[in-house]
Amino acid sequence: MSAGETAERFPDSAGHFGRFGGRFVPEALVAALDELDAAYRKAMTDEEFRAEFDALLRDYAGTPSLLYPAERFSAKVGARVLLKREDLNHTGAHKVRNVLGQALLTRRMGKRRVIAETGAGQHGVATATAAALFDLECVVYMGEVDTERQALNVARMRMLGATVIPVTTGSRTLKDAMNEAMRDWVANVDDTHYLIGTAAGPHPFPELVRDFVRGIGDEARRQCLDLTGALPDAVLACVGGGSNALGIFHAFVPDTDVRLYGFEAGGEGVDTDRHAASITGGTPGVLHGARTYVLQNADGQTIESHSISAGLDYPGVGPEHAWLHDSGRARYQPVTDAEAMAAFELLCRTEGIIPAIESAHALAGAVQIAPQLAAELGREPVLVVNLSGRGDKDVHTAGEYFGILDKEQ
Amino acid sequence: MSRIGVAFDKARADGRAVLVGCMPAGFPTVDGSIAAMTAMVEAGVDVIEVEIPYSDPVMDGPVIQKASDIALAGGVRTADTLRIIEAVAATGAPVVTMTYWNPIEQYGVDAFARDLAAAGGTGLITPDLIPEEAGEWLAASEAYGLDRTFLVSPSSTDARLRMTVEHCRGFVYATAIMGVTGARSQTSDAAPVLVSRVREATELPVGVGLGVGTGAQAATVAGYADGVIVGSALIRRLLDAPDLDAGLAALRTLSAELAEGVRNPAR
Repeated sequence: MSAGETAERFPDSAGHFGRFGGRFVPEALVAALDELDAAYRKAMTDEEFRAEFDALLRDYAGTPSLLYPAERFSAKVGARVLLKREDLNHTGAHKVRNVLGQALLTRRMGKRRVIAETGAGQHGVATATAAALFDLECVVYMGEVDTERQALNVARMRMLGATVIPVTTGSRTLKDAMNEAMRDWVANVDDTHYLIGTAAGPHPFPELVRDFVRGIGDEARRQCLDLTGALPDAVLACVGGGSNALGIFHAFVPDTDVRLYGFEAGGEGVDTDRHAASITGGTPGVLHGARTYVLQNADGQTIESHSISAGLDYPGVGPEHAWLHDSGRARYQPVTDAEAMAAFELLCRTEGIIPAIESAHALAGAVQIAPQLAAELGREPVLVVNLSGRGDKDVHTAGEYFGILDKEQ
Repeated sequence: MSRIGVAFDKARADGRAVLVGCMPAGFPTVDGSIAAMTAMVEAGVDVIEVEIPYSDPVMDGPVIQKASDIALAGGVRTADTLRIIEAVAATGAPVVTMTYWNPIEQYGVDAFARDLAAAGGTGLITPDLIPEEAGEWLAASEAYGLDRTFLVSPSSTDARLRMTVEHCRGFVYATAIMGVTGARSQTSDAAPVLVSRVREATELPVGVGLGVGTGAQAATVAGYADGVIVGSALIRRLLDAPDLDAGLAALRTLSAELAEGVRNPAR
């Protein structure tokens, strides 16, 4: 059985990717998850839903996004790098695809309120955007630490009419925002949809989110064939929860000659206690409704993650990534804060594109693997890199990192 | 019959409900939590529910979150919880353990069941484990003769409710309201309806939790349920007290009030 055939059969009907995934949730949420699962399966075979979703993606979100040959960046990296420009989507990241799909589902289920968790704020902004478009009440939970790191996105969400609730419990980052969103959902499940922002959480979220963002890879595969006449040697993406990576991987999973690389946030190094690399530095466990790789101690208590990138600062990962890792179909490697910021600067200076710091982890991944892959292939490798978001939101963090704020203010 | 079952039978014969009091293990310290749970038993709490503190308790409101954080910051380990269970079980009161699933999975499901049984624990209440994902626990609880309490909710369909109670042993936990733990000014109208739905599906006793904080509320819930489960209101007595002794005194007072409540069920 090839990896491609296996992928078509996962997850199973209960949301298991091998030993990962499933539903580890309070009974109070099961009815809502079943309702969501039914609405989602009905929608995916409904021509009208597909047409409405496709029209929104095209006319509102601005997809298909470009696949751009980044020649000056390529020359520095030693590979032909094709950037999947998800940063050019409306709201500035791949996440708009997921929120439009889930907002359509919310309307179909007759619910009037959406809640969301957000780390960097990109998913919160995307959710607030879709809520405005669909006239839904919107509440976004955001760790207090992140509201400080990402003040611009907090203002954006409020402008769009959302209520932003800073979460002051635990580590005050993304995982705690997810806890609070789950608590809200348990209490308000009758009229509320939890518009989860990544391919994680209880079934059917990992599968549903993947399917709403899989257009990234479908487009990139076609665009790469058009542009180069062949499939790429490797597809690269950053992995926090992992939706942008699954989105771009999915279409390539059956193409077993195409290497898939996920780059986790290595923070100050996976040999330190300050990183967010759940697969390379974690162990299997249960977190936020699914079994997956988790940063945890021997007692199963979640360990606080660290990354310079708020969007990757999460101690778990979507269960499909855990399975792709175990099956060997995708490889996961850590990228440190320093490597990511060097790649961030390199893209700014060579291409005039300011990437999200999240996406800079994928760019740094290209720098990491290019020499070895070139040696292996005996030629310049072709890499498709998911530029999953733009860096406007990170200007303050990057400005501080590079020490350029005082000089230019 | 399990020790919990005996407690429910005895209360039923006395025309009253069982009072279940919950406290996180290691809060405010390991010894402090043993003292607290012992005080609760002495003041009339029938069954002690020991909650294993967890970093990400999504079914719990702010009071239990805070107490769990204090316990974890104090360095409590799963092995300490087993020691606490053993100490409290020595009082003679049945001790049931409430736990999120990941700590058990990391300890090892079979190993935990073995050690829990050896410590004198009666079984587990599992707020984020549904029977469909519980294969290992079903086997381990059979092997070591432990009770299994899964939760039912007002949103559970009839089919799910029947399936869930079929997998329970000891008692069924009915979540009275759609929401997280924490005392509320009123318990919900949904609770009696849920309890009668459970009774149609099983002979097992039904405990009602989430929201009970006063003797009057305990009496109301005792009017239709076999067990009244109280957590946040008791924990708050310790959190709000200036020191452990004052906290224990306040804990005894509330425990006695609740014990009085379950002995005077509103009919």
